Amino acid sequence: MTTLPQHTERSLGLVIDLDTCVGCHACVTACKGWNTENYGAALADKDAYGADPVGSFLNRVHSYEVQPETGPAQLFHMPKSCLHCADAPCVTVCPTGASYKRVEDGIVLVNESDCIGCGLCAWACPYGAREMDPEEQVMKKCTLCVDRIYNVNLPEEDRQPACVRTCPAGARHFGDLSDPESDVSRLVAERGGMELMPEQGTAPVNRYLPPRPRDAAPEFDVLAPYLEPVADDSKGFLRWLDRALEKITP
Amino acid sequence: MHPAPSIIAFTTLSGLGFGMLVFLGLDVPAPRGWAAFWFFLVAYALAVGGLLSSTFHLGHPERALKAFTQWRSSWLSREAWFAVATLVIMGLYAVGLVFFDTRLRIFGILGGALGLATVFATSMIYTQMQTVPRWNHWSTPITFLAFAVTGGALLTGRVELARALLPLLMVLQIFAWIDQDRHEKADLTDIGTATGLGSRGRVRAFEAPHTGENYLTKEMVFRIGRKHASVLKVIALALGMLIPTFLLFLPFHHAFAIAAVLSHLAGVFVQRWLFFAEARHVVGFYYGR
Repeated sequence: MTTLPQHTERSLGLVIDLDTCVGCHACVTACKGWNTENYGAALADKDAYGADPVGSFLNRVHSYEVQPETGPAQLFHMPKSCLHCADAPCVTVCPTGASYKRVEDGIVLVNESDCIGCGLCAWACPYGAREMDPEEQVMKKCTLCVDRIYNVNLPEEDRQPACVRTCPAGARHFGDLSDPESDVSRLVAERGGMELMPEQGTAPVNRYLPPRPRDAAPEFDVLAPYLEPVADDSKGFLRWLDRALEKITP
Repeated sequence: MHPAPSIIAFTTLSGLGFGMLVFLGLDVPAPRGWAAFWFFLVAYALAVGGLLSSTFHLGHPERALKAFTQWRSSWLSREAWFAVATLVIMGLYAVGLVFFDTRLRIFGILGGALGLATVFATSMIYTQMQTVPRWNHWSTPITFLAFAVTGGALLTGRVELARALLPLLMVLQIFAWIDQDRHEKADLTDIGTATGLGSRGRVRAFEAPHTGENYLTKEMVFRIGRKHASVLKVIALALGMLIPTFLLFLPFHHAFAIAAVLSHLAGVFVQRWLFFAEARHVVGFYYGR
């Protein structure tokens, strides 16, 4: 059913630390790997080794440069996947009921056997979290690795989304954001976790931790004043040499 | 937004077809016999042809019947219901007029109203997209309905009415375009809110996640339309409204009437192409374009 639940028992989601992400794209690869071999249709690539490769991904890493009023520009890497919005516009536009938000944990999923591939949900999503699979022609999106997090056949440390499990920098965190005592909720409270595009009114569950302020180190170089490379106002011998050289220079 | 030919054909043709059905259902005197047959044939060809064309852009058209299930929440689903209801009820109305010389008044009124509802539901599919500021605007349902009604008047041969509606439609469209520009500029979403980094300085997309294109950039970050928008707007107005109006003021001749209809149809196609091609989706901010 494509009406949204009034309330979900939990709000599982990701907290992504923009201060820590190094932009290595390991989460992208882990995501593609797991989700190609497991839940739903494989994430296809077309013309993978050709001139115009295209494929479906559930997670992509963008890089942004921020130029402050003063000081040097800073570079941030921003992994982006479905934010499992509380007020998900992608769900309500679905004409077939293929898109739904789960009451038990708030995960937004697509029932692929009901998807007609109309693409309306991808239009409704402001974040670009949904991509049509180029082979299967059904809508693909982040499942929060629903087939890992509850999977009792996996060792307990593996029962988290593939992107979180693989992140070498520890920039990705997974948990219940509706529980104020959870690790992820505490992180959000401590670091001022932010919503993306809050003005779109989607009430995303995922949060991004803003970069911490940079230290401002004082200029510390005792030799610098003695290493002035150019003397603008020469005197005495140097002045004579300067003029003599100028005269003979064509 | 990517202007998919199947969707442009769908909104253009079915809009005109349902516009014709509105006039055939609501207006008196209703045509009878063979005259009615030809009018209904054209209206059904346009409406059904448009609807069929819309299934061409589906990944899985064989599952299209499932689209009838979510009428409580989805405008696409509501449109499907309205369209089928209009076609069935107007079909019964047409049978009465064509074969029995009987006007089933209640069917005509109901069918005509449902025809308007169908066009409105189509327009709401686009209007509801907060992600596309140019569509998320009062003008989307109003212009869709105005185009359907004007085209309906023109195609059912209501010359007097079409002479009045065509210039009005032109004024409405110009005003809609101007106000859409203003609305799009005033939209709060930008690369700063998209990344959450806007308060720290000027944000620039430094590196895309991938070197090529993807589904999102192909489907929603279409830029050619914006480049030629002003020229295309003049073409749309000239073909869609100015030339047909001029032709309708000439002494009546069937050739002029057909030329007016074809010119209007071409103009609506250009207008609809722009409706998609010019519209900017906020996901473009993530890609810095």
